[in-house]
Amino acid sequence: MIPDVVLNEWYPVAMAAMVGPWPGRQTMLLGSEINVFLDGDAIVVRGAAGDLAVTLAYGHVWACPGTPAHPLFPIPEAAQPGRRLVDCGVVRVKCSPLRAVENFLDIAHFPFVHTDVLGAEPHTEVGRYDVQIREDSDEVWATKVHFYQPQAAKSAAGGIVTEYMYRVAASTSAVLYKTCPNNPDEWDVIGIFVQPLTEELCEVWPWMALFDDTTPQADLIQFQQMIFLQDRSILENQIPRLLPLDPGKEIPTQADLTSIAYRRWLKRKGLTYGAQMVAA
Amino acid sequence: MKLYDYVLSASCYKIRLMAALMGVKLHTEAVDFHPGRAHKSTAFRALNPAGTLPVLVDGNLTLTETTAMLVYLARGTWLGNPTPTSAAKVQQWLAFSARLGASLGMARLHDMLLYPGDIDALRRAGIDALRELESHLTEARFHGHIFLTGDMPTIADIACFPNVALAPDGGVSLDDYPSIRLWSRAIRALPGFIEMPGIHRLHELKPAPEAVPPLESLP
Repeated sequence: MIPDVVLNEWYPVAMAAMVGPWPGRQTMLLGSEINVFLDGDAIVVRGAAGDLAVTLAYGHVWACPGTPAHPLFPIPEAAQPGRRLVDCGVVRVKCSPLRAVENFLDIAHFPFVHTDVLGAEPHTEVGRYDVQIREDSDEVWATKVHFYQPQAAKSAAGGIVTEYMYRVAASTSAVLYKTCPNNPDEWDVIGIFVQPLTEELCEVWPWMALFDDTTPQADLIQFQQMIFLQDRSILENQIPRLLPLDPGKEIPTQADLTSIAYRRWLKRKGLTYGAQMVAA
Repeated sequence: MKLYDYVLSASCYKIRLMAALMGVKLHTEAVDFHPGRAHKSTAFRALNPAGTLPVLVDGNLTLTETTAMLVYLARGTWLGNPTPTSAAKVQQWLAFSARLGASLGMARLHDMLLYPGDIDALRRAGIDALRELESHLTEARFHGHIFLTGDMPTIADIACFPNVALAPDGGVSLDDYPSIRLWSRAIRALPGFIEMPGIHRLHELKPAPEAVPPLESLP
């Protein structure tokens, strides 16, 4: 049985612009088959037991299989004038949805997996940064993260020290804020929206809200897809397949503070779909 | 020379890799293959009626077939030796590369970008092709050769390499094929080699980072 707290969350199920008439997008959510389709002007998400609650936001269709416990998390930057909103499409990954989010929160792998793009040897050190579970918004935040990056974004001309903030906004959605090469006063915003098909299979929808008026759309999308696909083969080989919420064989280091907070937060809230509850 | 490109396409990577190995500078233009399906647009079909990627344009020459692009970029021994046997062997493996694309390549698109297809049949066909390749490369090793048609790499190796190396993306493991893995390593060790997502450079062959001090010297 899937706990109610899991069913009462919002999950991304489609890119809004790509939804067509019945049968539309035939997919899965938390192990159950659903159709995401256009009925007149309305987007409907239909499961075996009826229609699901639906919200449209950030270019995507969000569905709640239970009774929504709260509105979908806000991303105020999505409404900020001057930003380009970029839907990057879907990529399927054979891994726990929670592992996909956790990987997104990790900085230490940049020089090894995104070599010469988001990191480079010997600049492998992750300095100290702050992590907190914010009680007001009930979100995990990591701030003051600094990292040397050879090509931090499509619009970056050379290596820079990038500052990041990471935010776990929902059990399977995270948002990062990073130094914007084109606009030092603002942050580039990149979201990763993960659709849990099953506990060991997910579809990932990267999304961006950037200050970049010049880079062609296809280049922005492909830069993001390149980064994410570098992660995919790593994610598909992580063992155990479910994300362990308790410390065991995995020994976290200083650099893993965000991941530890994410796991604690999941456990505290009972958001255990895709998690392994026995110490690994 | 301009390449209409998609970063995750195995076929586009063949051309980027070949150009890098030849030291040829490509100007790439990203085409929104996924999710935009821009390669099927009217505008793109005016360039390539087949609606496929990659497309290579050099002056008045427009090439839409990957093997033709490899031939166009290749120099010297990369086309094989100037004997009928060598030329035929190169052609044999160029044709074989199409089987890899139709099996392992489609399995990858199915698993990664949700392309339709009979995934079990695609993987079975891919494994058949891998077994054939493994058998050939093992025989080649007995004769002291590491590449498909001899001891020098040719366009045939570049045509076959990407869909083989990316097989795990489509749920087909390469663990069972030691000769294929050695061949892959030989290709990745070529001067000028470039990677793509899912195909890693040889980290393990880089010199050990001397910047790392011995443990006992740390405070």
